[in-house]
This record gives sequence, C-alpha cells and structure tokens, in this order.
Amino acid sequence: MTYALEITGLKKTYKGGFQALKNIELKVKQGDFFALLGPNGAGKSTTIGVMTSLVNKTEGQVKIYGHDIDNALELAKSHIGLVPQEFNFNQFEPLTNILVNQAGYYGVERKTALIRAEKYLKQLELWDKRDEPARALSGGMKRRLMIARALMHEPKMLILDEPTAGVDIEIRRAMWDFLQQLNEEGITIILTTHYLEEAEMLCRNIAIIDGGEIVENTTMKGLLAQLDIETFVLDLVPTQHQVSIDGIVSRQLDDHTLEIDISKHQSLNQVFAQLSLQNVEVKSMRNKSNRLEALFVSLINQSGSAKENSKVVA
Amino acid sequence: MNNTIALKSILHKEVHRFMRIWVQTLVPPAITICLYFVIFGSLIGKRIGEMGGFDYMSFIVPGLIMMSVITNSYSNVASSFFSAKWQRNVEEMLVAPVPNWVIVAGYVGGGMCRGILVGLIVTFVALFFVDIQVHNIWVIIATVSLTSATFALGGLINAIFAGSFDDISIIPTFVLTPLTYLGGVFYSISLLPEFWQGVSQANPIVYMVNAFRYGFLGISDVSIVTAFAVIGIFIVTLFTIAMVLISKGIGLRS
Repeated sequence: MTYALEITGLKKTYKGGFQALKNIELKVKQGDFFALLGPNGAGKSTTIGVMTSLVNKTEGQVKIYGHDIDNALELAKSHIGLVPQEFNFNQFEPLTNILVNQAGYYGVERKTALIRAEKYLKQLELWDKRDEPARALSGGMKRRLMIARALMHEPKMLILDEPTAGVDIEIRRAMWDFLQQLNEEGITIILTTHYLEEAEMLCRNIAIIDGGEIVENTTMKGLLAQLDIETFVLDLVPTQHQVSIDGIVSRQLDDHTLEIDISKHQSLNQVFAQLSLQNVEVKSMRNKSNRLEALFVSLINQSGSAKENSKVVA
Repeated sequence: MNNTIALKSILHKEVHRFMRIWVQTLVPPAITICLYFVIFGSLIGKRIGEMGGFDYMSFIVPGLIMMSVITNSYSNVASSFFSAKWQRNVEEMLVAPVPNWVIVAGYVGGGMCRGILVGLIVTFVALFFVDIQVHNIWVIIATVSLTSATFALGGLINAIFAGSFDDISIIPTFVLTPLTYLGGVFYSISLLPEFWQGVSQANPIVYMVNAFRYGFLGISDVSIVTAFAVIGIFIVTLFTIAMVLISKGIGLRS
C-alpha cells in the first residue's frame, strides 16, 4: 500500500548544532485526517518544511504518495498543498492574482486557474474581496486566502500548519466544516494546531512530537481511551449541604459547583444516583479540560521526565 | 508539469509588479536621462565639440540608454526577489514543482522586460534632443538583450545574498555606478592614458557600451567579437552561480 506520507529516520540539525528532528518515523494513510501535535519548538514546522523542501534535511527519507523527495522532488511536491503558519503572500497583490499565479507555478492554465479561483474564493467567502490587495484583509480572511491558494492545483494532500490561529470561533467552525468536506472528497489532510478540541473533533489519527521525536502515534480513539481519569464540573442548584459521593473523588468549590474525578472503570450513573439521594439537583455538566488536552499534557510531561532521567543516567 | 506555464506566471507577476508601480519604475529614468541630455548634451556638450567623429550629444546617447538598461535590469530583480524573500512569498515558488532554472529565467526575464522597456523610453526621449542613426539593428538588439540579462542575473545574485534592504543598494552604489561612469558612457577610452586604457578593459561595461554604440554609430573602442565574447562569458558565469545558489537554497532554505 502506498502511503500519502512516509517518513523514515528523519533527522535535521541546523547550523549551530541545534538538532530539531532526532529520528522521525511517521506514516499517514491516503485519505486520512491526521493531527501532528506538539508544543512550540517540538519540530512540527521543521518536519513540514522538509516535506515541502523549505528545509534541507540532514538524514532520512521522505516519500509523498510514493515519490521520494531525494529523486522525485517535483513530482512529490505536485501532490502537496501547503497552508503555512505565517502569512507568506505578496501583501500588495490582489487576491485573484495571488491564486492564479500560484496555480501557474503548478502548471495550471490561466483559464482553468481563473475558474478555480472563483470557486475557492466563493467557498471561502472571499469573492467580494477578489480585486483588493491582500493587505486589506482581516487575519481570518488571510488564513482562508492561504487555504484557497493551497487548493489551486487540486492537491492530493493538504498540510495545514496552525490554520485557525487567531481566527474567531465562528470562522473557525466554518473552516472545520470546509476541511471535513475536503477530506470527505478524498484529500489527505495533515493538521498541526494548538487548539486540541480542533484536533479531537477533526482527526482520525494522531502523532505527538516533542523535542524532535514522535512520542505517540496512534488513532485518536485509541489515544483518548488511554485517559484514566476524567474530571467533570457539575453546575448545581445552590445547596447548603456538604456534598460527598462514596467511592468518587469530589471537590465542592462553592455552593453551586462540584468537581468530580471519574476513572474509566466508574460510571456517572453512580454519581447521579447518590446526588439524587442527597436532594442535590444538577443543572449542567462539562469536562474540566479537553480530554485530548489532558492526555497531551501528560504525554509531554512523560517525555520531558524521560529525557531528564536519561540525562541523569548518562 | 508544464514549465512554460510556470515561467509565464513568474514573468506575468514580474511585469505586472513594475507596471503597477510605473511612477517609481518607468518615469524616473526618463527624467534622469532628460537631465543628462540637457546638461551634458546641450550645455556642456556644445563646448566639447566632436568625439569619435560625432557631435558629443550623438556620442553619449547609446551609453545613456545602456546605463538606464543596466540600472533598471539590475534593480528590478534585486528589489523584486529580495521583497519576495522578505515577505516570504518566494516560498510560493519554492514549495511548488518549479525547476530552479524556471525561477531564474522568470526573474531575469522580468528584469530584462523592465530594462528594455526603460531603454525604449529613454530612446524615445533622446529623439527630442538628437537625430538617432542606426548602423546595425541586430547588434543593438543583441547587445541590449544580453546586457540586460547579465545585470538581471547580477541583481538576482545580489538579492539571494541580501539580508536587508540596505544590502541591495550597496552593489549598485559602490560597484555598478562607478563601473558605469567609468565604462565609456561619456567618453571614448582612447582618450585615456595607455595605463588607464588597460585598466578600463577589465571593466565589462566598456564592452557593452561600445558594442551598443557600434550598433548606432558604427564606432567602437573594442572589437565587437571580443565584446560579445565578454558578455557571453559573464552571462554563463552569472547564470551558473545563480543556479548553484538557488539549488543549494542559500538564503532561501534553512
């Protein structure tokens, strides 16, 4: 089976000796919606940079749809659409020119490019701004412009490096819908983001990178199943009672807020049954933090501790 | 992958860029050249008399046109490519399957378009001051095309190495301008003492200006064959350097 992305033994050491990537091994299936997560400076953007030839690798192999970037770079690049983290278009060019020129770099005829530019500008609600220079756009519009630009050559794989950074929630949700639609049409999507709710909602598979190494690579469901304890916040009808639940760790923060820790072997029914017996009424309930966020923090902490220990042993 | 479309896209972008800011790119050379014609041609030129068998105004016209072509071909590519680096929109091309030679050819083509267009504008302005004669149109076309390509390549290499906007003005100020002024634009190098004639032959602009002047007036301080050989060597050398730099990603890839 040909993977959309296959990375083997990838290493990158920058001038000055900083080793950004230590030994990356990663496979992304065709049609996947894949999250590549990690803290700042973990190596996400460097990995993407190597895939798109913006960063020269030190060692290792990268294949895009079976094409090795060492001997078929142009073919490999023709399959990728990149939405980078930073705005990197000519701020003085009108939107249509930016899109049509980009399509031209991939060998798309001007006539076809104009049709596609209209299609994506309309889908991303930028059509009214088509003749304006890019600098006149808001931050959210600029992000959408970069998505439109990445799609102009109709790539098989879309790489989005923090596409929703600084975007308001309404536009972010519209972008999620758009990305899901693209994925349903068969485009492989690789997403990096600091909004873990975004990754949890959109992605089927996930890799977590820290210190230039992959510390976890599994399915989103598999990863979330690793979560031993989930903390819920219950919003109560104000009560004068001291609320306690047998067998469950709980903390009453005030007369109307109760926090409970539920392990994966326990049931919420048990909580509600006991609260009913105490005549405590629950108005609403939510997770204290995003489930993926809890796991992410735990994995990054483990990775950090492991490195500290290895330093001590060394 | 259709490289012709990619090349046309870069060319289109480059020409559109300098046409969009025509007040900055096309008008100043016309004004500058008017001043040269008024001061060196009409006022001082009358007192100088003939040079190389032609009145001074006719003698300096080819050199002035060539000076505009050189300056504009160079500065167009230097500023455009450096701006693309600075705004990072050069990445649009780097992530696309565009071969390096297409990037070089696209930017050099853009620089040539501006250089030659400015050359035509300056020629048109010159018609108000002097009757321009043509000795060999093919020599004129070949010289102006090859010279603008040479300096467009120079501008590209300058932009690749440049780390700030200051860096793209250093070479034009400290290298290009002195070489141009000492390149036989305003005088025949045969007027110089023998030693300085020898030194002048190390200046590539001498060959370009003289080949161009030969196209108009049929006179030259150097052999035309030598002039084209020198221009050819410079083009091949600069193109090779530009290709190596872009292939290695100097200043472009980390």
